[in-house]
Order: sequence, then C-alpha cells, then structure tokens
Amino acid sequence: MIRLSNISWRFVSVWQRNLIVYRKIWKVNFLVPLLEPAFYILAFGLGFQGLIQGITYDGQALTYTRFMAPALIGISIMYNSFFETTYASFVRMYYQKTFDGMMTTPLSLEEIILAEIVWSATKATAAALIMTMVLGLFGLVTFPQGLLIVPLAFLGGLAFGAVGMFFTGITPSIDMFNLPIFLFITPMFLFSGTFFPVAGLPGWAQSAALLFPLYHLVELTRYCCLGLVETNPLISLTFLLAFALCFLYLGLVTMRRRLIK
Amino acid sequence: MGHEQPAKTGEPILRVDNLGKQYNGLTAVDSISFAVQPGECFGLLGPNGAGKTSVIRMIYGFAPPNSGSLQVFGLDVATGWRQIRSRIGVCQQDNTLDPDLSVFQNLLIFAGYFRISSRQATERAEELLHFFALEKKREAKVGELSGGLARRLTLARALINDPELIVLDEPTTGLDPQSRHLLWDRLHALRARGKTFILTTHYMEEAAQLCDRLVIMDHGRILVEGTPAGLIEAHVGSSIIEISGANRELKEFLGKQNVEFDEMAERLVIYSNGDSGIEQVIRARFHSRQCTFRSATLEDVFLRLTGRELRE
Repeated sequence: MIRLSNISWRFVSVWQRNLIVYRKIWKVNFLVPLLEPAFYILAFGLGFQGLIQGITYDGQALTYTRFMAPALIGISIMYNSFFETTYASFVRMYYQKTFDGMMTTPLSLEEIILAEIVWSATKATAAALIMTMVLGLFGLVTFPQGLLIVPLAFLGGLAFGAVGMFFTGITPSIDMFNLPIFLFITPMFLFSGTFFPVAGLPGWAQSAALLFPLYHLVELTRYCCLGLVETNPLISLTFLLAFALCFLYLGLVTMRRRLIK
Repeated sequence: MGHEQPAKTGEPILRVDNLGKQYNGLTAVDSISFAVQPGECFGLLGPNGAGKTSVIRMIYGFAPPNSGSLQVFGLDVATGWRQIRSRIGVCQQDNTLDPDLSVFQNLLIFAGYFRISSRQATERAEELLHFFALEKKREAKVGELSGGLARRLTLARALINDPELIVLDEPTTGLDPQSRHLLWDRLHALRARGKTFILTTHYMEEAAQLCDRLVIMDHGRILVEGTPAGLIEAHVGSSIIEISGANRELKEFLGKQNVEFDEMAERLVIYSNGDSGIEQVIRARFHSRQCTFRSATLEDVFLRLTGRELRE
C-alpha cells in the first residue's frame, strides 16, 4: 500500500507552502506562545502558590511554577502539532481541495501527507522555542541544556502531528474531531504529570500514564529545563520515537485509503 | 460505429486500452479504448455519471485503473505517474486554487511542486498572467476572484510546467459567455502552438468548436467516436424540424415517408436530413403550429444517443 519509493525530498515544496502561509500572519502565530506561558505563570504563580506549599519531584522540592512550567512547553507542542494536522489539514484537504490540486503535479500523496506532518512538527518547534525563551526570562529554564527543547519539540511534534493525521484519515467530518480531543487529548493534558506528579496517583493510573505520549514528552521537557526526571529519559525518547513512526505509517495508510479511490 | 478519422502515423500521446474502473462494486468505466494523437483536441462527452471524470482522474494517476492499460507519452500510468504528471497540465472540475495565497503566489508555489527554479517560475508566471489577462489581479486573494477569473487562473496554473498534454475537466462550466469565449480563444491559441488536449464538457457547442475528434460516453461505455461533423452526419443527418404538439396525422405521414423522428411530451423532433420535399410538405400541411426548421447539431446527436430523460 505505502511505497517508500513514493517518498522523496520533493515533500519540502509542500512544507515551504505552509511556511509561506504561516509567515503571512507570523505576528499572530508568535503572539500565542509568547503570551500563553506568561498567563499561566501569572495565574498559577500568583493564584495557586498560596494553596500549594511546593512539590516533590525526583526527590527534589520544587515550587509549583517551577514544576509546572516545563509541562506548558510539552502541552504547547502537543496542541500545536495535533491541531495543525487535524483541523488545519482537514480544511486544506476537504474544503480547500489543496491536496487535490497538488496531486496533479509530480508530488505523491505520501509526500503531501509527510510534509503536513513535518510542517506541524516545525510549527510546534517554533512555539516551543518561543515559550522556552519566555520561561527562561522568568528563570524557569536552565540554559544551555534548555535548548535541547528544540530537537525534542520536533520529535514530539512529529508524534502528535502523525497521530492527528491518523484521525484526519478516519474522521467522517470535521466536527468529529471533538471525539479524539475529548477522549485522547484532554485526559492526556490532565493526567500526564503536567499539573501534578504522576507518582501521587494510584498504581493503575501510573501505569496508564506511561502509555500517554504526552507523559513522556513532559518528562523530557522537564529533564531539559530542570535536569530532573522520574523515568529513564531513554525509555521516554524511545517511546516517543516508536509512537511517531507507528502513527506516521498509520497516517499515511488511512489518508491513502481516504483520498485514492 | 461512428466515423473513423484516417489513422495518423506516429506514437499517440495517450493510449487507453480496455480501461475499467469500479467504485464499491459499481462500474464507472467499462472497458473503454481510444487514442489521442499529438496536436489533437479530443473530447469526452456524456451525461453526468457517464464516467468522464473517472477517465480523467486515471490519466493523471489520481485513481488507479482496475483493469486494462493507460499509457501517456508511452509510459504506463501505474509506474510512470511522476514523469507523466511533470509533462501534463490538469485543469480540474473543482476549484483547487490555494485560497491561502495570492494569484501570483498560486503560480509560483505550484511551480515549486514541479521543481521549477524560482527564476524560471517567475518568468513563466508573468507570461501566463499576461496571456490570461490577469495582470491587474496579481496580488488579489484567490477568494476574491469571480468564477471566470478563477478558471483563467486555474488554466494558467495548469500551464506553469509548459505541458505537452493539457487535460481539461469541464473547463467552462458555470462561466458567463464572455469568460467562456475568452477561454476558448486562449485554447485555440494554445492549439496553434501544437499542444494536445483532452477535455470533457457538457456544452455541445464547445465540443463542436474545439474538438477534432470526440467520443460520447454513457454508463461507462463509449457509444460513438468520430469528428463532430461526421457524427452529426451519421446519426442525425443535416437538418431537423421541430414541431410542437404531437399530431397523429403528421406521425402517420412521417411513418409512410420513412422519416425518422423522436417523440416528446410536447414536441416532435423530425430528422429530415436535408430532404426539401418533406420540409415543403410539412410547411404546407402541418405548419399551423409552432415549427422550427434548423441545421442539426452535436446536441441532437448527444440527445439521440444518450436519451432525453433526466439522469439525476
């Protein structure tokens, strides 16, 4: 079904198309990752700090904002890439028929889909980098190791972009994206060691969290920002990589089934 | 069946042999064969659902054929699709212009998909904007274009790679007469440059104007193949009389004279085939009602072969 010979560097031209469109409103695109962490830090820092004494993570006592800040980067990577390959790709595919037009050129479907996923990872990386800088200004990121966020965001972006593309491949209509968001994205957003350590959960919930890609991504962003980690970072890295590859394949298969008739 | 043109020598640009396509068990294209010669304009005609667009989609490798073979430039579409697509230009039925980009960017970025260098792409894009009288709209957003402008841009975009074969799927559907004539004019200019065309259309006037040869399809099969004039001659003759109101006396007369006619609810279409004797009698004896004497057209052929009842 999926032929590797159909994939060449030509996909870069589709990636470039998305970059050109992104640059048209780059100020808006930059504003969100610039302000979002500031809002969270203010809200949680000022509002929550009084309620929570502090958090123990990897044997270290941390202020709540220090614990939560790296998770914001992980969440932002997830949202940026997942929403790009779900809503945005669906609009390009279904409403704008952009892929149909591309399919009359020497581009293969595989290249178009790969480009969309790589683009979503690129967008997530840009957002993560801006957020890291902002959080760095608040003194919540240790440099230079914090810059490891850049390659990590790209990998995380690939993972969530690919799973988003898989949902785009199987969703009957754009409204149905509510389902994966409610059943997959939102639980991850809440239970991936983002706002409280997974170690505080009952055993079964801890095991379940280990299956969440966001859990591993947040573990790694925290490792990049603070040098602290609960699990083995190599395991998290391997999990993310395997998850990305698996859904890259499934994304290509489902989109081919959807579009080539 | 139909009027065969004298076979031209040389490799055809497009060769379709026993091509078949099914969707969910329904046959869209049922074992059709035809060939398009270099420099020719070839038409695919047929009612909605006849299988025209399915054929077009198979030509550019969007839909894989289920049976038979399809070769473009002597390359098989299953294996040579990338090479084929780099040498053809496709103007799809739907508007697939990129609404996130300006008119000029639509051309430039599309050129990028063909790996055309940006210098060459800019040059080509300028030329095409001029050729399709789109210069003033250069920076306009695609969403702001009228139907006619959008179609001109779609055609301009299809030409960005200087294709040898141009595939047009209903190029003038929904356009006003001015836009349609401008588009026909440009297509004639391209033909003069030696381009080969394959087009689908619902407008018989368009097919008669543009096509050297055409096929009429229905239910996935080719009914006839020939030149527009040849098909008219063979299937409906040279002239037509239309009379409103079905009259038994007239029908008996036509039956006796062995003149063919089609009967509709309110009208009789008589294939008088230039027989002035019949025309005179009808003028004299049956002219009390509304009556039109006219030349036969491709539309008469089309309706006669595919039937007059509604399809959808």
